[in-house]
Amino acid sequence: MPLIDYANPHRFQRLAAWLIPLLGVVAGTLIVLGLATGWAAPADYQQGQMVKVMYIHVPFAWLALGGYTVMAISALGTLVWRHPLADVSGKAAAQVGAVFCFLCLVTGALWGRPTWGTYWDWDPRLTSVLVLFLLYLGVLALWRAFDDPLRAGRAAAILALVGFINVPIVKFSVDWWNSIHQGPSVSRLGAPTIDPSMLYPLLLSAGGFFVLFAVLHMALMRNELLRRRARTLRILQAAEAER
Amino acid sequence: MNLFAGLGPHAFFVLAAYGAAAVSLAALMIWIALDYRVQQRRVRELEERVRKR
Amino acid sequence: MSALIAIVLRDLRVALRAGGGAGVGVIFFLSLVVIVPFAVGPDMPLLKRIGPAMLWIGALLATLLGLDRVFAADHEDGSLDQLLMSSVPLELIAAAKGFAHWLASGLPLVIVTPLLGLMLGVEPHALATVALTLLVGTPGVTFLGLAAAGLSASLPRGGLLGAVLVLPLAIPLLIFGVVTTNAAILGEGLGSPFRFLCAISLFFLVLGPIAAAAALRHVRE
Repeated sequence: MPLIDYANPHRFQRLAAWLIPLLGVVAGTLIVLGLATGWAAPADYQQGQMVKVMYIHVPFAWLALGGYTVMAISALGTLVWRHPLADVSGKAAAQVGAVFCFLCLVTGALWGRPTWGTYWDWDPRLTSVLVLFLLYLGVLALWRAFDDPLRAGRAAAILALVGFINVPIVKFSVDWWNSIHQGPSVSRLGAPTIDPSMLYPLLLSAGGFFVLFAVLHMALMRNELLRRRARTLRILQAAEAER
Repeated sequence: MNLFAGLGPHAFFVLAAYGAAAVSLAALMIWIALDYRVQQRRVRELEERVRKR
Repeated sequence: MSALIAIVLRDLRVALRAGGGAGVGVIFFLSLVVIVPFAVGPDMPLLKRIGPAMLWIGALLATLLGLDRVFAADHEDGSLDQLLMSSVPLELIAAAKGFAHWLASGLPLVIVTPLLGLMLGVEPHALATVALTLLVGTPGVTFLGLAAAGLSASLPRGGLLGAVLVLPLAIPLLIFGVVTTNAAILGEGLGSPFRFLCAISLFFLVLGPIAAAAALRHVRE
């Protein structure tokens, strides 16, 4: 069924009613499987048990960027294709993406303390994620700045696209900045090759978290649609009362 | 449970990382669930008031 | 074309009038540079090291100051609606207003930079380079800020929000501006960092007005 069929909020709510629990179970299963097999694998010879943090830190990093991508695609939907649910999707993606981005930073800092000595040392990858987090916060701040959700949605969409276009530029300049100041060192997430015994659990866990993203995204969209309906009803009632 | 015993000298950090993730995601899910109930109730009440007129 | 020149001249006149805000940016820049030694100590070697960085940060913040007024003032008195109805493309109108804002607020910063650089211990032979990086970079920041100004034009307290939105996106300009200056201090010429600075700034010169026009069209009532 084409995407436009789900433009009807009622249809979306009906879809969400069964899809959210189903995907929730799928997500939970994949995450548990991924983490369990990951923990069962032998410890990394360089980092010991700390590598277990990788099974959540790396998926969080992927989701931080993936979330921003979903937000950017939603932004196109709002401004170019005028899909009625696009801005709702953008807001949900911003909220979930920001949480995963934040968790990526936290897990990265906790990984870094025992492994490299400090919680934070401005390595290029984590710094890029930090800037991404600032971009997320900007979009969320813009959402909160407007009373009218439709205006907020259009503003946030424009900002999301401007930010998305700039992500490669920021990444490039942060890498350059880091190489100038710290010399060509391997960044924290280095490890160009990863042992299969760790790769498959990582992919499983990542898959689970991706599905979790979808679940949270849909649930937030559902809530936002209800919120807007309540707002519309309240406005109608206030208009009625005045007559 | 020998899983946790084998966590090595930095067990605290591993558990802290997983703990932070679990707590944050749980909090998000709880907030979403609660907000869902609140919004549903509000819409229901408002729709009733519209019908009563 | 004459319409665009008229817009530039009008905005310039408004900005340079008393209360228009043109001089405040320079004073803010100066104040920032002055308080740095109070924070880090009159330690010349240290100030030398962070001099270019503080100049860039100061210019960045001073540029973002007052950027929110670019469209807000016109939105309030209704002239923005008139501009929207004109046959001149909104993107060009936004660019014209951005250019005027830069002339009134950004260019003075560039002119003052060599003097402030001396106070922060920047090597005399590098003062011209610092000013050059700001000459190239501040238009980029200004035009990037145009987009933020467009987004927050109708908001009551849009000023700080606009700066918050722009700062992360301005990081590349900041990085290459300071790196270029540091290279010049070491005696190296203008190399690839300067070219990247120019490229990114030019990119913002194009992206800014397009985003600003989109914002003015879609986000205002």
